[in-house]
Amino acid sequence: MILAKVLGNVVATQKNHRYDNARVMMCEQITPEGEGTGHTVLALDAVDSGVGDTVLIVQEGWSASTTATGKAGAAIDSAIVGVVDYIDLLEEE
Amino acid sequence: MQLARVIGTVVATIKNDSLKNRKLMVVQSLNKDLKPQGKPMVAVDAAGAGVGELVFWCRGKEASFPFKREDTPTDCTIVAIVDSDSHVCCG
Repeated sequence: MILAKVLGNVVATQKNHRYDNARVMMCEQITPEGEGTGHTVLALDAVDSGVGDTVLIVQEGWSASTTATGKAGAAIDSAIVGVVDYIDLLEEE
Repeated sequence: MQLARVIGTVVATIKNDSLKNRKLMVVQSLNKDLKPQGKPMVAVDAAGAGVGELVFWCRGKEASFPFKREDTPTDCTIVAIVDSDSHVCCG
């Protein structure tokens, strides 16, 4: 899974039918310290996340399809599966 | 999935049978500012996209799922067309 920050969403009317009723979120990958990496990905929202949230994105098809649409076997490679409360890191000495 | 712009088409006469009648498009992935991010890729079209359109594509094994019964060999497939540039809402 990767850590990312939700930047916004993308609206597409003409899409694969398995994306119906799904929210597609634009996310930027972040470091565990919370800094943006500049790399953006799109992910289906499975947990009602919002703009500004730090989230967990799974980038594996079976898990992503199942969590986001309730059924495996969709053309979906990324899904938001959690909203991060906080990250506890070992302090550098 | 990655947001991308369709920047061209690819024509290949000799190809796997299950790629016949499929449109091959060159897509350039974009970041949140719609600026290029990474290298262009060749994607199979499953959404009816045209050159110049903003789309998003799916990677990996899942990319072949829109053509499930045909076992189409692809790891990059256009799955949706974004309504317009202003429908990418950030912040």
